[in-house]
Amino acid sequence: MTTFLQQLVNGLSLGSIYALIALGYTMVYGVLRLINFAHGDVYMVGAYVGYFLSRRLQGSEPSFVSALLVMLGSMIACGLLGILIERLAYRPVRREARLTLLITAIGVSLFIENAAQLVFGPDPKFFPSLAPSADFIVAGVRLTSEQITVIVVSFLLMLLLRFFILKTRTGKAMRAVSFSLDAARLMGISTDWIISVTFALGSALAAAAGVLIGMQIPKIDPLMGIMYGLKAFVAAVLGGIGSIPGAVLGGLLIGTSEVMVVGYLSSTYREAIAFGILILVLILRPQGLLGRVHKEKV
Amino acid sequence: MKGWLTAAGVLGGLLLLNGLFAGALLPGVAMPPYLLQVLCLAGINITLAVSLNLINGFTGQFSIGHAGFMAIGAYASAYFTVTFGDRLRAVFEFLPEFGRDSLVLLVALSIGAVLASIAGFFVGVPSLRLRGDYLAIVTLGFGEIIRVFILNIDAVGGARGYSGIPKLANFFWIYFFAAATILVVYRIVHSSFGRTLVAIREDEIAAEAMGVHTTRAKVISFVVSSAMAGVAGGLFAHYLMYVHTNSFSFLRSFEIIIMIVIGGLGSISGSVLGAVLFISLTEGLREFAQYRMVLFSLLLIVLMIVRPQGILGHKEFVTFLTKRRRSIGAAPGTTGTG
Repeated sequence: MTTFLQQLVNGLSLGSIYALIALGYTMVYGVLRLINFAHGDVYMVGAYVGYFLSRRLQGSEPSFVSALLVMLGSMIACGLLGILIERLAYRPVRREARLTLLITAIGVSLFIENAAQLVFGPDPKFFPSLAPSADFIVAGVRLTSEQITVIVVSFLLMLLLRFFILKTRTGKAMRAVSFSLDAARLMGISTDWIISVTFALGSALAAAAGVLIGMQIPKIDPLMGIMYGLKAFVAAVLGGIGSIPGAVLGGLLIGTSEVMVVGYLSSTYREAIAFGILILVLILRPQGLLGRVHKEKV
Repeated sequence: MKGWLTAAGVLGGLLLLNGLFAGALLPGVAMPPYLLQVLCLAGINITLAVSLNLINGFTGQFSIGHAGFMAIGAYASAYFTVTFGDRLRAVFEFLPEFGRDSLVLLVALSIGAVLASIAGFFVGVPSLRLRGDYLAIVTLGFGEIIRVFILNIDAVGGARGYSGIPKLANFFWIYFFAAATILVVYRIVHSSFGRTLVAIREDEIAAEAMGVHTTRAKVISFVVSSAMAGVAGGLFAHYLMYVHTNSFSFLRSFEIIIMIVIGGLGSISGSVLGAVLFISLTEGLREFAQYRMVLFSLLLIVLMIVRPQGILGHKEFVTFLTKRRRSIGAAPGTTGTG
């Protein structure tokens, strides 16, 4: 039972990371109907920006203030990167066939991965510890302060996002755009601006996930975004793509099941489990757990 | 009659070139081994690109798991050759060495092709009901699952890779199968079945309304395409004599996608052009290895913005030279792929 609880805690903290990344996928899919393949790579860039920022702050003692600064800096940098990607690569092809958009996204993803190998170097880097670290034992289950930080911070970010989308004017406009891009434009919403905001928000969340994973698993490398990105996408599909609570639920489920498979079966199947879940979902419930069915119209 | 003559001509030409390149025909005249290897890998890439184009270009279904089927073909055929190759040779002792090699290779490749097509069937039936980007992700997922499973089979080396495969494939066989793939895809596309595939690409709902059994047509084209990827994988294994699951990750699938997108989705000659361009740029930029994927990805993005239909678009190379409009490309007035 203790082992199970331990795995559950580990799974939830990994799952929060997936959930944060999945939010970006689901939001972009909501407004553009595009699988933003480059999203996982934005998460990688977020981890690297966090790495360089924390190296800058190295002189000071590990404290929550510097950890917060690093995370905010990385989120702002990646938010800008997200806007840039949308402006330069996706906007010119937005009116083209969806396949063109998808191929562009694959191109952007490959570009960021390879450019990152050039800029950051292909070998892994080790994330310095940002915040003071401590372990807690609760009912026989070991909780590291990093795990608690990951879970608490991602929960707070998700609450903030929910508040933003449900209570602000921009959030309302985002919901309108995701309901129908053309109708929203006719109602006077600046769709270009809303799409930029969506990319910025999604990318900032991915950057936060990048910094959080750096605190938890300190090894970062330029290709780390691929697998995390794909699994987070699976999480978004599992929860129902376009649905924000769905992305969170899907992320937590994927993270937990992955940790359980590694813990109870074999670690070699680690990469296959998410795809197995994806295939089952798409066959049994293609709209995902919390998604709505879209009727196809001619 | 004319067709047979052409086929005989192509076969004879390939045999002649094979002998010439290997240095067996004229003393002192041989292809440098490095160039020969590049040429052979280009041939394998042509097979992969043309076969993927059948599903991505002509049927309009976006699959990015081609490397998985290639892996099945590579491992299955290599396993056959290593374990049963000698027994088969013993049975056909009366044949000359060359004949026995070819026989083993052909049997191995057919086993690879059959297994890859079976996998294609089981992947295609559930996933081809999905549309566009979902299909892309599912095929990518299946490709990775196949890779992870092979990685866990100890009989084929697991994480160590599979070595000790005899070198049975050569220039002749690689280009023989490249030509065969081109021929098969060409014949399929220009048949009435091919027209249903193009109809699905142009408008799936309209095709369904016209009575096309879309899922069945899509699965058939997927299975054929997988079988050919299996052959390409088998050739790959029997040419390099060593395979590792890392060669079949989704980055390989992305490479094949780049080839067909650059050349033009829905153009056979475009795929050939894309494959040749890709391999020559890759090898030509070997000194700048770390820059070349940056270059390719930029090329892909710029191409999508400037010319989303690829270099040749839906047209074939021949239609640029002659006035005859026999291409099975887009109907007048349509742009892009649906």
